[in-house]
Amino acid sequence: MSSRLPHEGSRINRKKTVDFRFNGKNLKGFDGDTVASALLANNELFVARSFKYHRPRGIFSAGEEEPNALMGIGEGSFFEPNIRATEVKLKQNMNVETQNHWPSLKFDFLSINNLFSRFFAAGFYYKTFMWPRAAWKYLFEPMIRRASGLGKAPVEYDEEHYEHIYHHTDVLIIGGGLAGITAAKALRDRGLSIMLCEKDCVIGGRYLEDCKSGNQERYKKLHKSSMEILKKSQDISVKLNTTVTGIFDHGFVLAYEENQHGNIASKKALWKIRAKTIILCTGAIERPLVFPDNDLPGIMLAMSVCDYLQKYGVLLGDRLVLTTNNDYSYKTVIELKHRGIDIPVVLDARASSDNPIVKEAKGLGIRILFGKCIGKVEGKRKVSAIGICSVNGEGTIEELIPCNAIAVSGGWTPNVNLWSHCGGKLVWDGECGFYKPDPENTPTGREGETNMLALGACAGVFSDYDIQDQVPRKINQLSSRLKIKSKRYIETNIFSKEPEKRTIPTFVLPHGASKDKQNKMFIDFQNDVKLSDLQLAAQEGFENVEHAKRYTTLGMATDQGKTSNINGIYVLSQSLGKPVDKIGHTTFRPPYKPIPLGLIAGQYAKKLFKPVRKTPIDKWNSLNNAIWEPVADWRRAYAYPKGKESLEETLNREVLSVRKNVGLLDSSTLGKILVKGPDAGRFLDLIYTNLMSTLIAGKCRYGIMCNEAGFVFDDGVVVRLNDQTFLCHTTSGGADRVYAWLEEWLQTEWHHLKVFIVNLTEQYSQIAVAGPKARELLQTFRSIDLSAEKLPFMNFIETNIDDIWVRIYRVSFSGELSYELAVNSNQAEELWNKLVKAGKKYKVQPYGTEALHILRAEKGFIVVGDETDGTVTPHDLGMEWIVSKKKNDFIGKKAFSLPHLNSILRKQLVGILTLDKDKVLPDGCHAVEDGKAIGHVTSTYFSPTLKRSIALGLIENGRSRKGSTLEFESSSKESTFAKIVDPNFYDPEGTKHDG
Amino acid sequence: MLYLFCPTCQRDCDETELSCGGQAHLIRRDHASSDKDFYKYQYERKNDKGIIFERWRHVYGCGKWFHTARCTITNQVFGSYSAKEVQPPKSILANIRRSRVDFKGWVK
Repeated sequence: MSSRLPHEGSRINRKKTVDFRFNGKNLKGFDGDTVASALLANNELFVARSFKYHRPRGIFSAGEEEPNALMGIGEGSFFEPNIRATEVKLKQNMNVETQNHWPSLKFDFLSINNLFSRFFAAGFYYKTFMWPRAAWKYLFEPMIRRASGLGKAPVEYDEEHYEHIYHHTDVLIIGGGLAGITAAKALRDRGLSIMLCEKDCVIGGRYLEDCKSGNQERYKKLHKSSMEILKKSQDISVKLNTTVTGIFDHGFVLAYEENQHGNIASKKALWKIRAKTIILCTGAIERPLVFPDNDLPGIMLAMSVCDYLQKYGVLLGDRLVLTTNNDYSYKTVIELKHRGIDIPVVLDARASSDNPIVKEAKGLGIRILFGKCIGKVEGKRKVSAIGICSVNGEGTIEELIPCNAIAVSGGWTPNVNLWSHCGGKLVWDGECGFYKPDPENTPTGREGETNMLALGACAGVFSDYDIQDQVPRKINQLSSRLKIKSKRYIETNIFSKEPEKRTIPTFVLPHGASKDKQNKMFIDFQNDVKLSDLQLAAQEGFENVEHAKRYTTLGMATDQGKTSNINGIYVLSQSLGKPVDKIGHTTFRPPYKPIPLGLIAGQYAKKLFKPVRKTPIDKWNSLNNAIWEPVADWRRAYAYPKGKESLEETLNREVLSVRKNVGLLDSSTLGKILVKGPDAGRFLDLIYTNLMSTLIAGKCRYGIMCNEAGFVFDDGVVVRLNDQTFLCHTTSGGADRVYAWLEEWLQTEWHHLKVFIVNLTEQYSQIAVAGPKARELLQTFRSIDLSAEKLPFMNFIETNIDDIWVRIYRVSFSGELSYELAVNSNQAEELWNKLVKAGKKYKVQPYGTEALHILRAEKGFIVVGDETDGTVTPHDLGMEWIVSKKKNDFIGKKAFSLPHLNSILRKQLVGILTLDKDKVLPDGCHAVEDGKAIGHVTSTYFSPTLKRSIALGLIENGRSRKGSTLEFESSSKESTFAKIVDPNFYDPEGTKHDG
Repeated sequence: MLYLFCPTCQRDCDETELSCGGQAHLIRRDHASSDKDFYKYQYERKNDKGIIFERWRHVYGCGKWFHTARCTITNQVFGSYSAKEVQPPKSILANIRRSRVDFKGWVK
């Protein structure tokens, strides 16, 4: 059983106990514990069910490489699933839940999968697709869907505080171990800004524990002096609890800062760093050996066993066996032995080792067996004994040794993920059995320069002597290549050269394991990939490592194969009989470790996710029961229902008030772009299909702009304010697009024109006063004469209503007498209120966007985006008259001469009247002829004015079909028949707009 | 994420401030051009692996367009220049040749 020692633990404060809940059980830990160390201290070894087979799993590591101990942590709006228990600091009253089991961790129904494991071999998922067809639908899919996934998604809104922080630095050092600290010291005082990110809550890395545990005074001295230097140096900023998760082009780096202090809410920040040079000091990750039943709770990476002991005073077991292939891992058994823990045996896969550390272990009386490994592990939910076997052979058990813990070490893998994120290549080191950064193929920066340097263990340099020796030299050497100011830095090496610690690249033990044993040898714990799966993949022809990865899902879990990649590649190489460097490796991609989704959103959540644009009249609209409609990013009033009115009644009332009395529309969202300069007219002639330069100051003209392909892009009324100034109105949704379009042509094609443009959409608000009584209403403000003579159709005047400046355009989108009042936005609400007040006498009704659409459809006016879809020309819309024949050039002119735009088979705009006048066609429904779709409905309404259904549509050769009847089909089986007519349903002679 | 120099602002900009406008130095074909030339102008774009010349707009900044020369393999950038240039300036081409000896020059 695992337990807490009575003293020791560099990270914990034993004076402060922390209560937490684990699967409903109340447990205690200490301040400074991680969830994993607290669970181990409480003898909770079995903490998870595996992904596929639901096998019992235990805590396997002490860091972000953890494949097993994924938990649901927190409650309610702070709940987060799939969190590595090894990384989370324990907090008072924290709720911790295990996942992927039903009904409970101990009695899990789906652990039955384990019995049928041979049906779930590599690629079983793909094989279920093959036959029989019905089995996928009724058996496999429901089963797989139920079983897939690990943790439960949170139900409540995430209340965690996230933010984004931007930072620029000359040098970014990633990792605050010996290499990182030495690099920082070597780089200081060169006039550079240096940032050091350390994922842990302290600087020092591996050596921190070394200086606390033993007689190693020199570590203490080095640490003390280094910390003083880091503290004093103004040019070095240190970020703790900050994991670099991704490196991107041009030195862009994402880092995840988890400030875990405080009790409830913790700040989580996403750092967006731009670094000129990146120094990678990310160290190495220990990997396991692959042996039968190597996934039972009670088995842990050797260095992690040591970490729990030294940092948290937690003992994995009091009878521990080490199985290893290297010298490094002897440290663990020596530390344990010093504390009087029983080490029955060390199984070393190598033939021999004369490293001093092995001798030291021997000297302590530890029994070391070379050439031996674990042939079987006994125990159901945790280790109870191991069987020793020879590394060569099929694994015949020679001796059974009772034990309750196994430390495993397959050597160390340089942590090269970040090197690979942005183009760095790796080379295989056959002697040590790992990939390391290729110094000849480094990631490069914006100018093609090497912008990353790997130092220390992540570059395959493990001894402290070598690190202290090489780091300053490499920094000095590369200072010119790295664009760092050169200045020599010399540090006296306080370490003495020691005999090199060795690892042999043997990971699968015993070598000749029988099929039965291979079935229980796990490579990727998190995705339950076994030795047999990889062999099957190789056998079935998945020879490329990228294919084998996807077929078996090796390394595809949230740990991205941190502990399993090398073993997997090794197995593949063995199965295919190819050397490992010919197998290659899969691609490392960001993020290095999982980050919360909320972190990516940062502060841009809830109201800040996508701010709503509101018009200046929005307050009145919301007080008057407006139903909202989103238009581009705006919210507009769709309709203003009164009392118990149905929507239909509301629309009837609003439309008829415009036809019979007067209505008010908040049309502030209309795009308004000011085009000014001596060449403004010339420029607009090129932009619009019709002539704009001939427009007289004081007049308005409707215009259409097309793209080069000849398709309608936007439309609106252009007014000429004076000789050199035009104000172009655009659609509400098109304002930004049109503004960018004009800028693009002006800057990149016609930059010789003297024109300046400004988007004034939000500076002016606009109110439409429409209906037969519009003039009467406006004339109640005595100051203005709005007679047809004084202000004819398509003209404007500037005047005041009371003290408010207005520009009044006589334009009409409804066919009625209509004035559109432009007003400075800060006075729009005031003007609106004045109009509402003055309008009472005339029973003025505000109307929304739906009534606006009905009114224009009754007149057959198009709406860009309804009647057009990016493939419609002005000719298709029956608007030949708007395409100038006189103009030498404009955007789209060439296209109009192309044969396909002049084909009689093109769809043309028509009016559609259903034979049954109460039947409103569904929007978008198809016109069908001889079983072929020949067009579709673009706008469809019940017209309150005509008291019947009306629609607009685009029909092949539609204009010549006027008078004929067509069949319309929608998803409902019933067809509707309708007559094709002219699109102008109301007042086709245009007698009404003068009032 | 790219980090490009805006010649108008005289500042480096994050890619999030910019919007890419595709191939640079297109020649507009008006109504007097042949159908074939117009088709090419409208629909044919280069898709080179290696050095490309492209248009960018500093949309969340000064709003101005500019051109850059960039390698699509390494994302090395050889400089930014005015959107008014009808072909890459000599200094940019020289800059490319310095690190790409096999660079054949700009092709229309």
